[in-house]
Amino acid sequence: MSLLSVDELTVTFGGVGRKESRAVDGVSFEVDQGQVVGLVGESGCGKSVTSLALMGLLPHKGVKVGGRAEFDGTDLFTMSPSARRDLRGSQMAMIFQDPLSSLNPVVPVGVQVTEILERHRGMKGEAARKEAAHLLDRVGIPDPTRRLKEFPHQLSGGMRQRALIAMAVACAPSLLIADEPTTALDVTIQAQILELLKELVDQEGTALLMITHDLGVVAGLCDQVNVLYAGKVVESAGRRELFAHPTHPYAHGLLGSIPRLDSPRGEALKPIRGSINDRIAWADGCAFAPRCDRYEMGCLTGTPPLTEPRAAGHEVRCVHPVLDDAKAEEVPA
Amino acid sequence: MLRLVVRRLLQLIPTLLGLSVLLFLWLDRLPGGPASAILGEKATEAEVARINRALGLDQPVYVQYWRFLKRIFELDLGTSTQTGQPVWDEFTQRFPATVELSLLAILLAVVVGVPLGYFAARKRGGWLDVSAVSGSLVGICIPVFFLALILKQIFAVNLGLFPTYGRQETGINATDVTGFAVLDGILTGELDAAANALHHLILPSVALATIPLAVIVRMTRASVLEVQDEDYVRTAEAKGLKRSVVRSRHVMRNALLPVITAVGLLTGSLLSGAVLTESVFSFGGIGSFIRQAIDGRDYPVLVGFIMFIALIYVLINLLVDLAYSLIDPRVRVH
Amino acid sequence: MSVATKTDKIQRLAELAATKETSTGDSLWREAFRRLKRSKMAIVGAVVIALFILLAIVGPYIAPYSPTAQTWRGEVFPNRGEFVGMRPENWFGLDHLGRDLFSRFLVGARQTLLVGVVATLIGLTIGFLVGGLAGAFATLGGERGKRVDSVIMRFIDIMLAMPSLLLAVSIAAVMGQSLTTVMIAVGVVQIPVFARLLRGSMLVQGSSDYVLAAQSLGVRKRRIVVSQIIPNSLSPVIVQATLSLATAIIEAAALSYLGLGNPDPAIPEWGVMLTQAQRFFDSGAPMMAVYPAVGIIITALGFTLLGEAMREALDPKLRG
Repeated sequence: MSLLSVDELTVTFGGVGRKESRAVDGVSFEVDQGQVVGLVGESGCGKSVTSLALMGLLPHKGVKVGGRAEFDGTDLFTMSPSARRDLRGSQMAMIFQDPLSSLNPVVPVGVQVTEILERHRGMKGEAARKEAAHLLDRVGIPDPTRRLKEFPHQLSGGMRQRALIAMAVACAPSLLIADEPTTALDVTIQAQILELLKELVDQEGTALLMITHDLGVVAGLCDQVNVLYAGKVVESAGRRELFAHPTHPYAHGLLGSIPRLDSPRGEALKPIRGSINDRIAWADGCAFAPRCDRYEMGCLTGTPPLTEPRAAGHEVRCVHPVLDDAKAEEVPA
Repeated sequence: MLRLVVRRLLQLIPTLLGLSVLLFLWLDRLPGGPASAILGEKATEAEVARINRALGLDQPVYVQYWRFLKRIFELDLGTSTQTGQPVWDEFTQRFPATVELSLLAILLAVVVGVPLGYFAARKRGGWLDVSAVSGSLVGICIPVFFLALILKQIFAVNLGLFPTYGRQETGINATDVTGFAVLDGILTGELDAAANALHHLILPSVALATIPLAVIVRMTRASVLEVQDEDYVRTAEAKGLKRSVVRSRHVMRNALLPVITAVGLLTGSLLSGAVLTESVFSFGGIGSFIRQAIDGRDYPVLVGFIMFIALIYVLINLLVDLAYSLIDPRVRVH
Repeated sequence: MSVATKTDKIQRLAELAATKETSTGDSLWREAFRRLKRSKMAIVGAVVIALFILLAIVGPYIAPYSPTAQTWRGEVFPNRGEFVGMRPENWFGLDHLGRDLFSRFLVGARQTLLVGVVATLIGLTIGFLVGGLAGAFATLGGERGKRVDSVIMRFIDIMLAMPSLLLAVSIAAVMGQSLTTVMIAVGVVQIPVFARLLRGSMLVQGSSDYVLAAQSLGVRKRRIVVSQIIPNSLSPVIVQATLSLATAIIEAAALSYLGLGNPDPAIPEWGVMLTQAQRFFDSGAPMMAVYPAVGIIITALGFTLLGEAMREALDPKLRG
């Protein structure tokens, strides 16, 4: 049985007098024990909202969450708020995008680490401080006892993210959600942080849900990849399968739009035209159609179903999937 | 820390010097000049001439200014034309009353305003929020002296719950130690005197507290609303911390920072309000005295008072900055 | 693929795309104005202000009696606490000198508006110049400009260190008692507020990317300040100007209360009326104070509501 199983998750924003907008539109995926799963897409595709919905961190007012999400056999959405609070930080933890704004500026780093130990592991005083120092040491922060007394602004960007990771793994959660954990960091630091995450996950057997727009991160880390577009999963496959045979035109385009060292000299990058704002409602057809080179009238007859046109376990939501890699290279006029 | 204090104190010097120049020029510009300022408007020509000589007004302006400055440093602010007493003595005698009144007012404003603003923000759009916001909007639109009048009429005159004027019942005959009536009563064990003084303080301080209260409510509310959406509050929630911990350590500790600055500034500006409130309740502090000084064109008192208040204002600002640097670690490093 | 189906295809897509919400790309101001029209606070504030302005315009013409005529002198005995309240020929009753309060109230509206507007204009104009100068020096003047800025701001600090009421009192003391004095005194008090606000706003704009871009394109500094920084720094100043109208009216009343108001009996002003009336507040004629006081409160509230609504409309962060 999988650790986390998300089934037809929907998140709708909108309150009194405002137009409703659906940020997540029926997302389903699974995360197994110890597995690293990627949720990939452009900004605005609903990936962050998905993670916040799973953690129960969306604002209560003006947000409707639908569908099911089972964590370790219990339904997250029917759970009592206090039970969910007990779960957060201990069983499922999260790392955010911007380490500076994610740390409280007026509370010492040490307190921000020990408070989670006090809450979930019943540690107090000196014992909690010792464990906090140990945690900081484990995530690679030098001189941890001194750092505990410092404030977030005294730490470097990479160190802040390490501190946040220390907090997230403090209670050895079975699921760690990382929402673009490296986006706000320097490239050299990015690699270090990813390396650290990989190491922690491997050692502890923690499952990791990696939210990212960066296919490089996916390639280096994930076992299973879900590509999101406009609030729906459009392609889901193992990492190797996806990188070898991107089948949805969107995923295909994404891979075609990143530079590769091994591509033939002089070959142009192929950007996907338009932006995620150029879309139609899923109910009318494929939301990607306005940006798609393979768009046909057939794309506009309702939501395309998930099929497995290429291989078992490789799901694609497209009426005209890219099955022949060579053919995909020629762009219709 | 010490270096910060010294640096900030040094920064005060140009401000206060500039103020003294302005005041000097002001005194010079007064109708009839400083002579009539000292003698009052009914002075005869001969008297004016004598005073002008005595003040050295025949000397160059910079000499005059230098003497003016020297007098201020010697705390020689001249003599009140109304009472004939040295201005400095008049102040030190009345100042405790105003301090008592202002402190109680700002205390009221903080004790009521911060929780009100906080709960208004938490239940945004609820009845408490709507009434707190509209109440504070109305609060800043009521002229202080009119509010004081209404309070006095209803609670003192009609209902008889509070005394209508003064600092303390004259019959009580309390021992004077510090000049702070309530404090004296407690110090000397004359608790009835302290209670009586406090009773006299309530209505004026409520009137004086309205504007600070309105500002603090709105400030706290806006600040809490902003902090609630901060990433670090989300992080705290993601850690599964108890609600009380999230609220006190992560929301309030940040949300109160701008409120603290505001409280400092409000305390400084309270003295303006005190002039109006004190005179409605004939409260024997600096405020009522200034009111009389304005009526009687008692310029030495006014000049001394402005200098005095400005000094207090900048000192309060200094204290606020220092307090801020203690609470906000980001400021401390610089 | 035939030409017909291709156009078909594109048309169908366009239809579907049209049904979803598109971002309109309105300017900040138009967007803010749209929000403002939806705000209840703004509407109430605007209606109150409109009524007040109407009153200020037509008041003196529709006043049933002269505001200074002591037509009913023989009916009022303030010493004995005998006053005349509401009655058919005097809707608001009479004041202590036997003058018609309703007429005085109507005529007073114009004076009150005048004091508020002129005082705010004085504060706004000078504050704008001082603050704009400081802001221009601070953002684009380099090291020397920063020094000029800090001198200007020190001066503003001095003004702020004086309690506003005392500043007004000292001005009134030099200039003597008149309506002009009240306007100037109340206006001068507002100068530091506007100056600091504009400068602060300009500093934020000055460090933004578009200014950097304009600078790197070689646009002249003066032009950047005048056509880029200042227009983008205006919104908090406009909000403050609206709020200041309320403050000015209240401060003018406070000056009157301290005996520094307009002494001319021919020109009734709400602050002066309130001050005159407070003597009789607990001796028979509380309503005499209530009319001008309510006038002041409601007017101030109107400006405050509109100002606050504008602030909310211009700052998307504050929206609910």
